[in-house]
Amino acid sequence: MPKPEFVYVTYIETTPEKLWGALTSSEFSRRYWFGTELRSDRKVGSPFALVMNGTTTDVGEILEADPPRRLSYTFRHVLKLVKLTLTHQGFAEGSKLLDGISKGWPAILSSLKSLLESGTVLAIPVSALGIEGM
Amino acid sequence: MNIDHFKPATVYTIYIASTPEKVWQALTTTEFSRKYFFGNSVEVDLKVGGAFIVRTPDGALHISGEVIECAPPRRLSVTFNVNWPELIEKLGPTLVTYEIEAVGEAVRLTMTESHDRPLSDDILEGGRQGWPAILSSLKSVLETGAPLLIQMEPPKRMLAALKAMGIGAP
Repeated sequence: MPKPEFVYVTYIETTPEKLWGALTSSEFSRRYWFGTELRSDRKVGSPFALVMNGTTTDVGEILEADPPRRLSYTFRHVLKLVKLTLTHQGFAEGSKLLDGISKGWPAILSSLKSLLESGTVLAIPVSALGIEGM
Repeated sequence: MNIDHFKPATVYTIYIASTPEKVWQALTTTEFSRKYFFGNSVEVDLKVGGAFIVRTPDGALHISGEVIECAPPRRLSVTFNVNWPELIEKLGPTLVTYEIEAVGEAVRLTMTESHDRPLSDDILEGGRQGWPAILSSLKSVLETGAPLLIQMEPPKRMLAALKAMGIGAP
């Protein structure tokens, strides 16, 4: 069975070059696409993004670019992104603990990021972190 | 260029499930860098004295510098000067060093941004905001194939501090 898809055809009184420009220019797209800019350099393999009022909503890649006839790109919706800021404070001057946690936290949070994004933790031996006494 | 008098101002460490060679490639190749560097691209002539350039997505020169140390795949040190009028004259050059170490089955990437003079926290805000985003996205690309789409606020304190010094962002 064919996968569900959406196809739409319309006829526009213009030239292929002008239409290509309208489909690929961020200035132009903002005017007709609810304020969304199409960001790309229109080169095959380049990143492609939709930016709505300064917020990136979708990202993908240019698959085909044959101006002014054919343009193909992938895009997927950006669902969620979280900024995590960790602050650990209250150390005495010259604290050894501060040195240790400064080495420990980047490894722990890097592994947390890997686990959430790819499902796999990082295999880092604690002894490799260079923390005194570990 | 003598870098003895440069002092670290910002250090960021991240661990990546990858190999030192792949991390080196991510940092130094144009095509790869565009995936995680918010569409910016790195062009580097990998030899001491070689040119180091970062271009914005539209191809404009954004950062220029030269290679100070080049020891693939372990260590790369470059001058990293944002191409805004008067910036280098007033702030001096920026030095960026990447250290890449295999740690267990992962890689420790440490980025150190150094300067030859003390700079205010306001000025340093740009890098402190940018590096975690850039390198978090690099890690995601290497581990999952997909970059992060990070929408950051402009570094307002940095822009205000630069403006007060007569340095204009374009």
